[in-house]
Amino acid sequence: MAVNEASAGATSVAVGVQLKRKPQSYWGMAWQSLRRDKVTLAALGFLILMGALALSAPVIGENLIGVGPNNTNPNNAFAQPYLGPYIKWLLGIDAEIAPRLLAESGGAFHWLGTDQLGRDQLARLLYGGRVSLTIALVAATITLVIGVSVGTIAGYFGGRVDDFIIWMINTLVSIPGIYLLIIVTAIFKPNPLTLTIFLGALGWFGTARLIRGNVFKVRELDYVMAARSVGAHNFRLVTQHILPNSIPIIIVNMAIDIGTLILVESALSFLGLGIQPPTATWGSMLNRAQNLLFLRDPETGVYLAMHLIVGPGLLIFLTVLALYLIGDGLRDALDPMMKNTK
Amino acid sequence: MYRYVLRRLLQAIPTLFGVSLIAFFLVRSAPGDPIITMTFDPNITNETRDILRRQLGFDQPLPVQYIRWFTGISARSGDETEAFSQLSNTSCTYLRFINMTLCDTGGGVIRADLGTSIQTKQPVWGRIVERIPATLELTTTGLVLGLILGVPFGVFSAVRQGSLSDHLVRIFSVILNALPNFWMGLLMIFLFAVVLGWLPAGGREAVTLDNTFDPVDRIQHLIMPAFVLAFGWIALLSRFMRAETLEVIRTDYIRTAKSKGLADLRIWSVHATRNALIPLVTILGPAIGGLLGGAVVTETIFSWPGIGRLALNSAVQRDYPMVLGIVMVSSILFILGNLLSDILYGVADPRVRLK
Repeated sequence: MAVNEASAGATSVAVGVQLKRKPQSYWGMAWQSLRRDKVTLAALGFLILMGALALSAPVIGENLIGVGPNNTNPNNAFAQPYLGPYIKWLLGIDAEIAPRLLAESGGAFHWLGTDQLGRDQLARLLYGGRVSLTIALVAATITLVIGVSVGTIAGYFGGRVDDFIIWMINTLVSIPGIYLLIIVTAIFKPNPLTLTIFLGALGWFGTARLIRGNVFKVRELDYVMAARSVGAHNFRLVTQHILPNSIPIIIVNMAIDIGTLILVESALSFLGLGIQPPTATWGSMLNRAQNLLFLRDPETGVYLAMHLIVGPGLLIFLTVLALYLIGDGLRDALDPMMKNTK
Repeated sequence: MYRYVLRRLLQAIPTLFGVSLIAFFLVRSAPGDPIITMTFDPNITNETRDILRRQLGFDQPLPVQYIRWFTGISARSGDETEAFSQLSNTSCTYLRFINMTLCDTGGGVIRADLGTSIQTKQPVWGRIVERIPATLELTTTGLVLGLILGVPFGVFSAVRQGSLSDHLVRIFSVILNALPNFWMGLLMIFLFAVVLGWLPAGGREAVTLDNTFDPVDRIQHLIMPAFVLAFGWIALLSRFMRAETLEVIRTDYIRTAKSKGLADLRIWSVHATRNALIPLVTILGPAIGGLLGGAVVTETIFSWPGIGRLALNSAVQRDYPMVLGIVMVSSILFILGNLLSDILYGVADPRVRLK
């Protein structure tokens, strides 16, 4: 088939050479590579699903559950998840438990059970997801802006500017990050907005170093020298030539940063320092569940708090896993050197 | 070689200085008056509080307080020698030509005096030293476990690149990376302590009336928290060693060795491993330096009596000398760890030294 096409092309040389396939740009090749990577696509799908669920938390809360995340109902504390009995009722296996649970909860569907104050777990997970994801996303953006700016300035200008910036970064990195965060959150007791700014302000060091290394590399390339010799001034060089070369690294780093920030914010909330109650966030839900590990129902012996421990942690884990897999997948897709070895 | 070490040592000093600056100003810029926290007793009058404030130097601007904390030397205008020489360990001299009193408390971070804790009125350094062994026990065990498990996993997965075992190890390491360590700890406590009852749920040792050292009991308490820490190391080390070993496999000298007909085992043990281990040193240095800083969450879950929990509680209670002391000690150790790894890297790889 290729031979016929080639000969057909040869006969039309007089008219003009017809290209059989559109030339692919860098992004085109990356997209092709990404499309074949099933794992990354699955992770991306999961992330989009999580985002959609978090965004539609109020809608789900009203229609599927019936209560909000902060409506307490002390009579119905530690209700077991409704999902299992509901499925059993649908299948006809056990038709007693589901209606009983429904009666106890006063008509609200507690699909994933309730916590120690009778608040619906699913609603809190969804609303908590909103908080966690938003904080991580905004903080990652702040990290990105600061890190890329500082890294580019350090890498482009070099010399004393670079020395000073590297000294500053090395100093800040020498203080164990968790202590910095503990100091800042325990002493200043930030609200979610301030917490986001703090997380962003304390997380840009790795990005800056990465971008700085890349800018060093790109600065010496021929086309940058050519542009400079034609008279391009610094700003144009940086924005038109150097920064676009760093975009793949920035994208990969951002995906991984969002994942790490979710973990950090959850850890802080778990320690009691991040988001304060009653706002639900996955980390603080685990904090509450920590003291309830030993709780057992005296009659049935069921561990009353198991659904409280599994839910938030599993969501943190899956979301961060999806983000890390996306980061890895993007790195594989955007790195041109690796394409030849696949 | 010595010049290399000396140069790195000299570079560490401004970093330490910067750390102390940042930590001090961050902690002291908190809202609230430390004097009020210290003197909660309603019987203490405001005049007494003012005297205490002057004696401890809290009425001076922050930069002067920083110099006092760091060097132990404070300066005031005018002649205050009688007022301040009543404080213990303080000797003051009045310099007439600049009309200032210089007082030397004999302490300061430079002279290895980290101050007195507001909470316990005991020296900060003593309290930190009490807790350091516990944290070191935990983090060192976690690191060693991570090394023992993570490095072979990484090398193994690189050797069998593309096979099922390689994919399994990579999936395993990504999962471990994404797993929140506090959740893992809670699940482990739930499974092993609550449901199965095999291991204790927390603490460093069982409470006994006499101070017997029961190794079995200590190990039982140590297993779960050490594994929680080790998981993080395994995730990092297996990915790192996989990448490094892959690079070593593709080098010329390994190809030569194989083409010479050397057995695979000999290639591995003699040629490949030592070269793949060199970059491991660059991770080990900061890892050793970070031993004191990384286990706050694990210590909290397992009620481990270490420095991390001390830092957390002190920060929440606004005991800022303690917080500053812990930050300084951890940072010094971190910088020394980095230095150690640079030196070891220079010893192992001569090309680095000549730069």
